[in-house]
Amino acid sequence: MNIDFEHRMSAHCENGVTSNLLRFNGVDLSEPMIFGLGSGLAFVHVPFMKFNGAPITSFRPLPGSIFNKVNKALGTKIIRKSFPNNPQKAMLELDKTIERGIPVGLLVGVYNLSYFPSAMRFHFNAHNIVVFKKENHKYLVSDPVMEQLEWLSEEDMVKVRYAKGTYKPKGRMYYIENVNTDYNLQKAIKKSIRFTSMMMIKAPGPIIGVSAIKLLSRNIKKWGEKYDSRKASRYLGSVIRMQEEIGTGGAGFRFLYAAFLQEAGRTLKNDNLLIASEKMTVIGDLWRTFAIDSGRVCKLRSRDNQTYDTVADQLLVIAKLEKELFTDLSKIKI
Amino acid sequence: MKTENVSQDDANFFEGKSSSIQYAVDENGNYTQVKSLGLEPSNIVLQQAWDDIKEESEHALEDVRKGLKSPIYYFMIKEIMDVKILSETTGLSRWRIKRHFKPRIFNKLSDKLLLKYIDAFKLKNVEDLKAISNK
Repeated sequence: MNIDFEHRMSAHCENGVTSNLLRFNGVDLSEPMIFGLGSGLAFVHVPFMKFNGAPITSFRPLPGSIFNKVNKALGTKIIRKSFPNNPQKAMLELDKTIERGIPVGLLVGVYNLSYFPSAMRFHFNAHNIVVFKKENHKYLVSDPVMEQLEWLSEEDMVKVRYAKGTYKPKGRMYYIENVNTDYNLQKAIKKSIRFTSMMMIKAPGPIIGVSAIKLLSRNIKKWGEKYDSRKASRYLGSVIRMQEEIGTGGAGFRFLYAAFLQEAGRTLKNDNLLIASEKMTVIGDLWRTFAIDSGRVCKLRSRDNQTYDTVADQLLVIAKLEKELFTDLSKIKI
Repeated sequence: MKTENVSQDDANFFEGKSSSIQYAVDENGNYTQVKSLGLEPSNIVLQQAWDDIKEESEHALEDVRKGLKSPIYYFMIKEIMDVKILSETTGLSRWRIKRHFKPRIFNKLSDKLLLKYIDAFKLKNVEDLKAISNK
């Protein structure tokens, strides 16, 4: 069965897949709206756990959480399946579902995505794509970070769905069973902003939210003092990659969230949200400056720990502003 | 961030197939999508990540040619794997894989066992695997 699936690029794969799947089912929401409703903004720094040889820093919640939150808020019915250790069944289910004319979301690893730019092909297992057509043992893929639709062979499809390493996709697939067009956007916006604000300012412990930004600041100072330039720049470099590399829309999702606040403010005619959006843009610009300065620190591989102190101090300013903004947002009348 | 300030620092990491979508404010104050060809700090750190991998695989290759490590070790580093990923890809235990890093043990491995590594490293044949030690 042939279906018409509109492919739109997005900053972040999960937003894009969610937005494209919903639009196919008649619910047309922009990427920023999806991101905001899915409470996609976060900050996590876990110094005692490593990923690709550097402490974990993340500007997003766990994979899948945006998709789940949005669909819960909108009352969409989702079917989710995973097939640990059973690739044959996983592929059969995929084929049967697209045969029924249903576009299917897949969780995949990027290492074996043959159409991906080669410099981006690391062992990263939380990428999302949509598949909606099969022809001559090849799948037609709508990957939200690619310009065009891409083809992927059956053989590669098994490999990416059963990627190895951290956070294995285990053949996970998902699709929309039916949508509820009578959702309450105002309520959904209110709930999502409240959730994001609470996570940023009230989460217990030092590894989530604004306190984690301060923790990262302290650790960057420590990296500059304790480690050789190679290790220190690798650690700082991994923060920049999480913040700015393909997928965040710039400044660790801060610009995307500002876009959401603007759209929400205009839709609900709420000036306070528009003011919050402008403040978020200012904070985003500070994050961007932090990335540019940190990039230069990494490039020089400088042994001068003062440079590490300087970028670490920028984070303290950001932490203070985010605390103020999210405190305001948590009390905002919507 | 204003749309006209969105960085277009192209280091050809996207190979013309993709770009990075950025959100920025246009002249009327509206947030909008802008395609970016690259950003200086991301280009720097991405290049460094690949330089590190290249350097590590060169070290590994030296070790292989000195007879300290087997070719399996070199290809693991080159394919950005670690023992855990290689073990999951080949289905061999980590303990066995580490043993196969020893040239003495590697030289005695059957072709059937080597095939598992060839698949994992996407090589054509056993010769490709062995040839790197004596170039």
